[in-house]
Amino acid sequence: MIAIIDYGAGNLNSIQKALEFIGLETEILASAHKQEVEKYSGLVLPGVGSFPGAAERLKQDGFIEFIADFVATGKAFLGICLGMQLLFEWGYEELKTQGLGLLPGEVVKIESEYKIPHMGWNELEIINDDPLFKGLPARAHFYFVHSYQLKDVSDDVLAVVDYGTKIPAVVRKNNVIGLQFHPEKSGDNGIKLLENFGELL
Amino acid sequence: MHKKRIIPCLDIKDGRVVKGVNFVDLIDAGDPVESARKYNDLGADELVFLDITATKEKRKTLAELVEKVAAQVFIPLTVGGGIRTVEDMQLILRSGADKVSVNSAAVKNPELVKEGAQAFGSQCIVGAVDADKRDSGDGWEIFINGGSKETGIDLIEWVKDLEELGAGEILLTSINADGTKDGYDIEMLKAVTEAVNIPVIASGGAGKIKDFIDVFEETGADAALAASIFHFGEIAIKDVKKELEKAGIPVRIEE
Repeated sequence: MIAIIDYGAGNLNSIQKALEFIGLETEILASAHKQEVEKYSGLVLPGVGSFPGAAERLKQDGFIEFIADFVATGKAFLGICLGMQLLFEWGYEELKTQGLGLLPGEVVKIESEYKIPHMGWNELEIINDDPLFKGLPARAHFYFVHSYQLKDVSDDVLAVVDYGTKIPAVVRKNNVIGLQFHPEKSGDNGIKLLENFGELL
Repeated sequence: MHKKRIIPCLDIKDGRVVKGVNFVDLIDAGDPVESARKYNDLGADELVFLDITATKEKRKTLAELVEKVAAQVFIPLTVGGGIRTVEDMQLILRSGADKVSVNSAAVKNPELVKEGAQAFGSQCIVGAVDADKRDSGDGWEIFINGGSKETGIDLIEWVKDLEELGAGEILLTSINADGTKDGYDIEMLKAVTEAVNIPVIASGGAGKIKDFIDVFEETGADAALAASIFHFGEIAIKDVKKELEKAGIPVRIEE
């Protein structure tokens, strides 16, 4: 059973439907109960909304500790879009806000000659191969909608995309995984990647 | 690299895909869920559903249709037709759409765009616009109610307003070009893409592969939409993309 964290932001249906499409059981989690860490084999933090708003809701709803406890068990934790951005130490959307701090790094506004938000399909450039990428075609594209990005291509970054500037697209440190794009909107590649995530559970 | 998008549009009437010529003479073209799945397999970058008969009673039917499509097809879906309130937007987005498009309702009540953008984010709100040349030949004006009613409102002023109100994208249909297969309305698209900074989807007039190359080479359009030529298999999306790539236009092609 995979828990999808509901913190009042975003459309959870899409990610839930995509996970169910590949045969995984899901449950939407609206509040955190410590004992439930045991119950789930995987945890997903989706995200549409703003960094400060989401961070505040996670704190209010008791998810900060829940996530820390979950990650400590070694089970897979996946952050998507804003959910990936929240994995890092600091966000600079609207105001400087503390993130979950599971990975080192800062989230800043995209600086590019192209239009912001970065919205549409972009081609993944893999810099560190990983079982997550198993079975993807050459020139795999994924669907992005975001205005902020992880600032630096840190050691945890597995893949980037080029948008006039390098944007970290996939990060992973052990059981903590982040995707800047929306796998649930990236057609067959997104489904493949979620299946690979499913293999980690 | 930023990719130009190719978007099939599925006009929906009574749960079927249809496409009119100059907005009349509707032809039955297929089942929406099957069409959506087929287009996903053929390399469509996004899908647009426009319910051209949406009435209050039918909106629930539309929501159910969106839900069915969204459970099987995992690419971005834009849904429009008869969306008049923030509650309508919420129903359609909850059903699995990623964006909603508003046309006549936004003209009658511009606050709808603002409220929608505040509630769901600009990336969810598409300003759909039907426009035609003024009789005087001086610029363009917008039309509402499926292209049947002229408003006197200037196209360029209106798309700027839409951007200001919080629309994340413009879906621009040239009434004059729509259904003709004589190519996109380059002049109109040029004017609009120069006037706004948000992505513009070109609509109306696609008839051959060259039309897609022209619209991306000659205007700032980010995406090109077409319906009948894709539905009836006259042109394959992958052939369009191959030729675009050959012409040096970045598109999503996978190997």
